Amino acid sequence: MDAGEVARALTRIAHEILEKNKGIKDLALVGIRTGGVHLAHRLAKRIAEIEPGTVPLGELDITLYRDDLGLRKDQPILKKTTIPFNISGLKVVLVDDVLFTGRTIRAAMDGLIDLGRPAEIQLAVLVDRGHRQLPIKANYIGKNLPTARDENIQVFLEEEGEDDRVVVLNGGQT
Amino acid sequence: MSLKRKDLTSIASLSADEIRLILETADSFKEVSGREIKKVPALRGKTVVNFFFEPSTRTRTSFELAAKRLSADVINFSPSSSSVVKGETLLDTARNIEAMQADLIVLRHPAAGAAESLARGVKSSVINAGDGWHEHPTQALLDLFTLREKQREFKGLRVAIVGDLAHSRVARSNIYALTKLGAEVRAVGPPTMIPAGLDRLGAKISYNLDEALHGVDVIMMLRLQLERQGRALFPSIREYANLYGLTAERLKLAEPGALVMHPGPINRGVEIAPEVADSFSSVILDQVTNGVAVRMGVLYLLSGAGA
Repeated sequence: MDAGEVARALTRIAHEILEKNKGIKDLALVGIRTGGVHLAHRLAKRIAEIEPGTVPLGELDITLYRDDLGLRKDQPILKKTTIPFNISGLKVVLVDDVLFTGRTIRAAMDGLIDLGRPAEIQLAVLVDRGHRQLPIKANYIGKNLPTARDENIQVFLEEEGEDDRVVVLNGGQT
Repeated sequence: MSLKRKDLTSIASLSADEIRLILETADSFKEVSGREIKKVPALRGKTVVNFFFEPSTRTRTSFELAAKRLSADVINFSPSSSSVVKGETLLDTARNIEAMQADLIVLRHPAAGAAESLARGVKSSVINAGDGWHEHPTQALLDLFTLREKQREFKGLRVAIVGDLAHSRVARSNIYALTKLGAEVRAVGPPTMIPAGLDRLGAKISYNLDEALHGVDVIMMLRLQLERQGRALFPSIREYANLYGLTAERLKLAEPGALVMHPGPINRGVEIAPEVADSFSSVILDQVTNGVAVRMGVLYLLSGAGA
């Protein structure tokens, strides 16, 4: 995907979110660190261009909810969860860059539910690369990108000082 | 980077980057303590043993709370209720605890170096919660965390540590930690309470509190250990309070906005006047709150499977 495709995918997802939820009432966006946070900010901006009002935006770090914490040699670096609003009763759209095994999303849902009881959790991703290990499905998908198990998907974003693009790296690099 | 060590036994052995990593990590845990459900599953299935050979309320409770907020199982173990009174050695007792699959051991012990020697003898991670007059690393870390939270820049920060530095593990850990991060430390107390060689740790020595307070940004008061009073380190508590007690008058000698810290428990009217302890300058209760976040950070970082 190049910069234009990324931009058009996000614009479409913004419209889909509004269409499915009939506007921005009780809607909230929560980006999963780090890539998902940038994308959530972009979606919020696009939504604001379409409908009046603002959608609350949060940032979620799922590290403490990972299912491989006890298996790793070194603990991963923690980043901060910043969700400055009560999620109870809201329709929360989780935003991430790549949907792969589904384990991150499982962790994110557990993390969210510890913060309150959302009315609904939906999922928006820029890329769905398949190979799910858990029964998880996205509501909004930028692009389906069939991959081999050992390939790597890398999402580059402007916020990290790169040109927007999604690339598939050859296998054996995992 | 990550913390590539099994144990936390001293600040002296930490690099400035490792200290910063622990403070960063603690910052994320502070948010957890502010939630309605103050619990995350990070240490689910791990066992933390609080192994305390000296009385402690604050530190033990703080570690216990930290471990519980990480979903670990916690066992409190103190010598009066254990086979230690039957003559078992520290290492043997610890090996028995380890045989019950304890993942982390939090040790407080009256002998300097106890945590270090235990760490060498067991596979579990060992956290020093105070060893004799040596170190109390998590106290220094929570002090630093509190300063950072109050937007104090460590580089060039002027800190006075006042009181019985000879018998203070808190002071020693803080001198190491603050100087590693670029702060300037003044050690203040009566000559009988300033050990020889303290200047070699990078602290400037002063015997006059009024002089030493000029221009300081932070004042750390140490507890006057009244139980050591029989040792003739000073003529009377009243004289000590007059010369080295922090009063509202004295506080004015420091920089405007200077912070007052104390590791607790405080002796009101001895080393610190009640109106200072309860003033806006005092961050004593912030220190206690932050202690839990810092200990969560340390427990988390040391709990990797490779540890």
